[in-house]
Amino acid sequence: MRRILSNTYLGLLLIMLYAPILIVIVFSFTEAKVLGNWTGFSFKLYQSLFTGGLHHSLTNALWNTIIIGFIAATVSTLLGTMAAIGIYNMNARNRNAVQTLNTIPILNPDIITAISLFLLFVSIGVSQGYTTVILAHITFCTPYVVLSVLPCLRQMNDNLYEAALDLGATPFYALRKIMLPELRPGMISGFILAFTLSIDDFVVTLFNIGNEGLETLSTYIYADARKGGLTPELRPLSGIIFVVVLVFLLIINRRSAKKNIKDEANF
Amino acid sequence: MKQILSFFGKRRHWSIPYILFLLCFVIIPLGLIVFYAFTNNEGELSLTNFRKFLSQPEAMNTFIYSVGIGLITTLICLILGYPAAYIMSRMRSDRTQLLVILFILPMWVNFLIRTLATVALFDFLHIPLGEISLIFGMVYNFLPFMIYPIYNNLKRTDQSLTEAAQDLGATPFQVFLRTTLPLSVPGISSGIMMVFMPVISTFAIAELLTMNNIKLFGTTLQENIYNGMWNYGAALSLIMLLLIAITSLLNSEGNAKTAGEGGLL
Repeated sequence: MRRILSNTYLGLLLIMLYAPILIVIVFSFTEAKVLGNWTGFSFKLYQSLFTGGLHHSLTNALWNTIIIGFIAATVSTLLGTMAAIGIYNMNARNRNAVQTLNTIPILNPDIITAISLFLLFVSIGVSQGYTTVILAHITFCTPYVVLSVLPCLRQMNDNLYEAALDLGATPFYALRKIMLPELRPGMISGFILAFTLSIDDFVVTLFNIGNEGLETLSTYIYADARKGGLTPELRPLSGIIFVVVLVFLLIINRRSAKKNIKDEANF
Repeated sequence: MKQILSFFGKRRHWSIPYILFLLCFVIIPLGLIVFYAFTNNEGELSLTNFRKFLSQPEAMNTFIYSVGIGLITTLICLILGYPAAYIMSRMRSDRTQLLVILFILPMWVNFLIRTLATVALFDFLHIPLGEISLIFGMVYNFLPFMIYPIYNNLKRTDQSLTEAAQDLGATPFQVFLRTTLPLSVPGISSGIMMVFMPVISTFAIAELLTMNNIKLFGTTLQENIYNGMWNYGAALSLIMLLLIAITSLLNSEGNAKTAGEGGLL
C-alpha cells in the first residue's frame, strides 16, 4: 500500500514535469505555426529544420551555442583541474580562502554575474561578442569543475605520485600516468556539467553578447518569444535534443549500473 | 623562463591562473557594481541611486512582490519536493539512479522553450495567465533544484539513527519528526537557497508566463541596464546582492560545509 502510494506520487510529479515537454514533442509532428494548434500529422517541420534555407539563422544560433559551449567547457575543465590540484596541495588556511572565493560565482545569481561582467566589459571598452560570451561562460562554469575534481584528489593515494617520482618519472610523466587517470572521472563530469550550464545559459549570454547580431539558441528563442511566436522549427529541434540526451543518459546509467554490480561482485 | 618553470613545479602554485581569473572576472566586476551603485552619472560619489529606489514606489513594490513570489514558490517546492526526495532515498539504488535522471532530464530542454510550452499547456487547460500560472511555472522550473540537495542529504544520513529511534519505541511519525527531519535540515536549507535565489532574480520567465502582466525584480534590473541607467541598475543589483547575502548567512549557520558541496551533483 505504501509503495503504491509513493510510486503514484512520484509518477504524478514526473507527469507534471514532463507534460510541457510532451506537448512540444507532440506538436512537432504538425505544421501549425502556433504551438497548441493541431492541423494534422506531418513531418514537414523536421524536413525544413534539416533543409535549412529559410531557417539559416536558427542553424547559426545552434552552431554558436555548441561552439561556445565546447570552448567554454574545455577551458573551464583545464583551468578548473589545475586549480583543484593547486587547492589540494595548499595549506589549510589558503585552501579555505580559495575555496570560499570559488563558491562566489556559484552563489551569485545569473543576473548579478551578467550585470557585473557587463559593467566590466563596458568599463574597459571591450566590444561585446564571441570572446566576451566565452569569458563569461568560463567564469560561471569553472567553479563547478573545481568542485567535481576535488573529491577525486581526496580519494587519490598521494604516495603513488611520490613513488613515481622516486622511481625516476619526470613530474610531467607522473602527472600524465598517475594523476590524470585518477582525475579523469571528475574531469569528465565537470566537463559535461560545464557544457550543460553553458548551452542552457540565457541571462549571462544576453547581457554579454553585444549587438553585432551574434545569437545563441537561448537569445534566439527569447527574441522569438518577444516577437510573439516561437519559430515552429524549434519544436522538432527541442524534441531531437531531448531524445538524444535521454538516450545518452540512459547509456551512462546502464554502464554505471553494470560497473556497480561488478564492483560489488569484486568485494 | 626557468624560474617560471620551477615556480609552477610546485603543485600548490597551480591554482594561481584560476585565482587571477577569479580576481579579474568575479571580484573586480562585483567591485564595479558597488562603484557604479554609489556614483551618479557624472562619476561623483553620491547616494542618488538609493534615494531614487526608496522614493519610487514602483521599484520598491516590485522588489517586495518578487520576494513574496520567491517565498511562495520555495514553500511549494519544499512541500512537493521533500516527499519525493524521501521516497527516492528509501528505494533500491538502481531504481533511484533512473529516477534521478528522470528528474534532471527536463532541465536539458532549453528553459525558455519549456516555459513557452507551459504557457501552451495553460492555454490548453483554459487556465488564465496570471499569478497562479506564474507560480506554477516557477515551481515547475525549479522543483528539481529542491529535490536534489534533500535527496543527497537523506541518502547520506546514517540509517542506524532512525533504526535506533524505532528500536527505542518511536512511532513512524515520531521517527520522522525527531530524527529524519532534523538530520535533513542542511539539505533543506541548500534546497531553499537553490530555489529562492534564482526565483527572485529571474527575468523572462515571469514575462512569458503572464503575457507581460507581472514584472519581477529581475526584469526591473534588466530594463534599467538596457536603457543605459547603469548606476541605478547597479544600485538595484547591490540591493539584490544584499538580500542574497542575508539569505545565505541565515542559511549557512551551522551547515556551511554541506551547502557548498552537497547540492551539486
